[in-house]
Amino acid sequence: MAAPAFSNPIVRWIDHRLPIFSFMHHEMHEYPTPKNLNYFWNFGSLAGFMLITMIVTGIVLAMHYTPHASLAFQSVERIMRDVNYGWLVRYLHMNGASFFFIVTYIHIFRGLYYGSYKTPRELLWMLGVVILLLMMATAFMGYVLPWGQMSFWGATVITNFFTAIPIVGDAITTWLWGGYSVDNATLNRFFSLHYLLPFVILAVVGVHVMALHRHGSNNPLGIDMKGPQDSISFHPYYTVKDYFGIAVFLLFYAGFVFFAPNFFGEPDNYIAANPLSTPPHIVPEWYFLPFYAILRAVPDLWIIDAKLAGVIAMFGSIILLFFLPWLDHSPVRSARFRPAYRFFFWVLVLACLVLGWVGANSPDASFHGVPFLWIGRIATSYYFLHFLVILPILGYVEKPKPLPLSISEPVLKRTAYGAKTMEKA
Amino acid sequence: MRRVLSVFAALASLAATPALAAEGGPLPEHHWSFQGLFGTFDRPAAVRGLQVYTDVCAGCHSLSLVAYRNLADLGLSEDAIKALAATATVADGPNDQGEMFDRPGRPADHFVKPFPNDQAARAANNGALPPDLSLIVKARVGGPDYLYGLMTGYEEPPADFKLFSGMNYNKVFPGHQIAMPQPLSDGAVTYADGTEATLDQMAQDVTTFLAWTSEPELEARKRMGVKVILFLLVLSGLLYAWKRKVWAEVH
Amino acid sequence: MANSLQAGAATGHGPGAGGEATRRDFLVLATAALGAVGIASVAWPLIDQMNPAADVLALSTTEVDIAPVEVGQAITVVWRGKPVFVRHRTPEEIKSAEDTPLGDLKDPQPDSARVQKPEWLVMIGVCTHLGCIPKGQMPTDDKGEYGGWFCPCHGSVYDTSGRIRKGPAPLNLAVPPYKFLTDTSLLIGEAPDAKPATGEAA
Repeated sequence: MAAPAFSNPIVRWIDHRLPIFSFMHHEMHEYPTPKNLNYFWNFGSLAGFMLITMIVTGIVLAMHYTPHASLAFQSVERIMRDVNYGWLVRYLHMNGASFFFIVTYIHIFRGLYYGSYKTPRELLWMLGVVILLLMMATAFMGYVLPWGQMSFWGATVITNFFTAIPIVGDAITTWLWGGYSVDNATLNRFFSLHYLLPFVILAVVGVHVMALHRHGSNNPLGIDMKGPQDSISFHPYYTVKDYFGIAVFLLFYAGFVFFAPNFFGEPDNYIAANPLSTPPHIVPEWYFLPFYAILRAVPDLWIIDAKLAGVIAMFGSIILLFFLPWLDHSPVRSARFRPAYRFFFWVLVLACLVLGWVGANSPDASFHGVPFLWIGRIATSYYFLHFLVILPILGYVEKPKPLPLSISEPVLKRTAYGAKTMEKA
Repeated sequence: MRRVLSVFAALASLAATPALAAEGGPLPEHHWSFQGLFGTFDRPAAVRGLQVYTDVCAGCHSLSLVAYRNLADLGLSEDAIKALAATATVADGPNDQGEMFDRPGRPADHFVKPFPNDQAARAANNGALPPDLSLIVKARVGGPDYLYGLMTGYEEPPADFKLFSGMNYNKVFPGHQIAMPQPLSDGAVTYADGTEATLDQMAQDVTTFLAWTSEPELEARKRMGVKVILFLLVLSGLLYAWKRKVWAEVH
Repeated sequence: MANSLQAGAATGHGPGAGGEATRRDFLVLATAALGAVGIASVAWPLIDQMNPAADVLALSTTEVDIAPVEVGQAITVVWRGKPVFVRHRTPEEIKSAEDTPLGDLKDPQPDSARVQKPEWLVMIGVCTHLGCIPKGQMPTDDKGEYGGWFCPCHGSVYDTSGRIRKGPAPLNLAVPPYKFLTDTSLLIGEAPDAKPATGEAA
């Protein structure tokens, strides 16, 4: 499209040399967006908002934090007690991690429900999975930095995953630690990487948005835009909707930051790290609980021992998302028109919530006589069954409901009906 | 939106599950002045709690993240803080001769530890390490209720309970075997403000004081939070009206 | 109906009646104003966090034993991370400082305003030009042509009262708040009226 004529001469001067304003105009004003997006489409911009919030508060915290095993805990408490507004910045960052994951998980399940990973958006989806993996690595390393008991033992447990690798596992783990246990060297490299990775995420998000703008957003009906009657410009319609979404989201976020800042945290992390004493219950942060449950659910499989099998299953549960666009080959995107898929989608949501609940409990505990280990195994089995068996079969056997002809069709029908009743009145 | 909320609630309840995993006995229900949206620390109670700490707890437990100057938050005067700080002996140095020396504490000093290091603390306490109390309310499941329950939870062990030698029975402590002997009993301190020093009173006071040392920012945080929430409510309302206005022509 | 709706959607801006436009303008203005207030309120904590923290403000005094400092000698002590010069001045140095006419000075200040006891000169040893530490504390140092201090970075020369006499520095060496606890002991960071130098008690 031709560059728009800007009325401001300075803007015109810059744009002639560096077309950032044309670019913005093209990607915001002209960018056609389906007009029927619901509020679940707000979570992408909310995730972007949280990424920026985390980077800004993180940079501030890094100005006061000391990445040394003997000073890290005190330096965090100094931020909480002595640095001007330090408690605010720290609680924003700490709770921000939780809210970033809440928003991202909703964003992912929205994509699953409406089939946003299907052609031509496979790469968009896969880039999203890359972002998720990077987020998990960043969050894990960030949680180590306060050097409390959970930080230390979480780091110990997670880095021990790598000892499961045959032959070279121990060497890799020692290399990761920079010593023979989690210690100062580990803390230092985690701080370095925790500072670096968010900017890598930012770059991948940029590519994610580029891929999004190639074909535009999917929509609740899951059908393509057929013409201008199906779309509206992103700005101002979706910018104002995103602003509203951010304000509502901030209400929840602020609620926790100011009134329950340690709700998502573990009391044990307010005890300084002690390499000689493990807390009675080690649990990861809530956003890792489903994966933790998968890790512990897997028994010895054939020649693979349970430790390695668990690690493979845990990483596999995310890696298989890369193949989702081909595992689910139904031509219909939205679950709205796929009654069977919709049912299994909600079972998957339930399985993930159950996995989270199991992850928070000790595997030898039981719920009304049913050991958590077995609840976890059932939910884990369903998770893999869902993606590897049910979805491929559904593509063949499911009979989708008839799709509307266009996005505006149902809207027009409703308007016509409205007009008729108006005439009567 | 309702579905979003329910997902949110489900996640919240998930995260809350570990908090139920305390192995001790049930905690006493108690209403604390610092709870609730507008809660503040009961100042006289916290100052009495400071006295309980300095007269009783400080013999074994450090409070190393708190500085004497911080006590101004509890309403202590500058002179009172200086006087309290001066009762402590702070190791400083080296001086011009290259030697370490002792001097009286100053307001900028942190509460002086009763033992020079963890090994000394263990050696003096039968191998048990008395934890630092600066963050104790945040660092225990149950928070203030746990601490209050612990202070008032000492009793005779049940007949079938095997108590190890040197241990004490406490009904809320995880495992019920605690190395610390009952620290507070009626009249253990003589309050400067004349309040009767019952066990219950001292337990409440010291809990209030240690809740303050754990979260000295609590009052500022809640005050700011109320303003922020009100601001966001208005902003959300305006943005919603704007959004409706912009979208009116589309629907 | 359907046609006008499509047209409105395609251009992105539907036609509005005059009254509606004003209401929307007001709405936009009010929201934008509130949003700006919000952003400014978020910006302040992010800026203020870089100011000195409470513990830094509280570390405000340093005690100095001056008994071993002979006449003509000087010591350097650290106060708030900066060097403080304490010089035990000779009668000649005192006389030359007191006799200097104020008209000769770039930053006129009588010697009596810079000392509590004439034999003890206490100053922050940071050149007022660009923050280097002037020479003149060690017996072997170049003290500059006025017998005080000489800053090697850009050639500022200070006299025996620490006043700027030559070179690019604009001001005299600063005098910190201090008081004599005894005849042989100084407390730097607290003025004689016993008020702390900073509001650390707050």
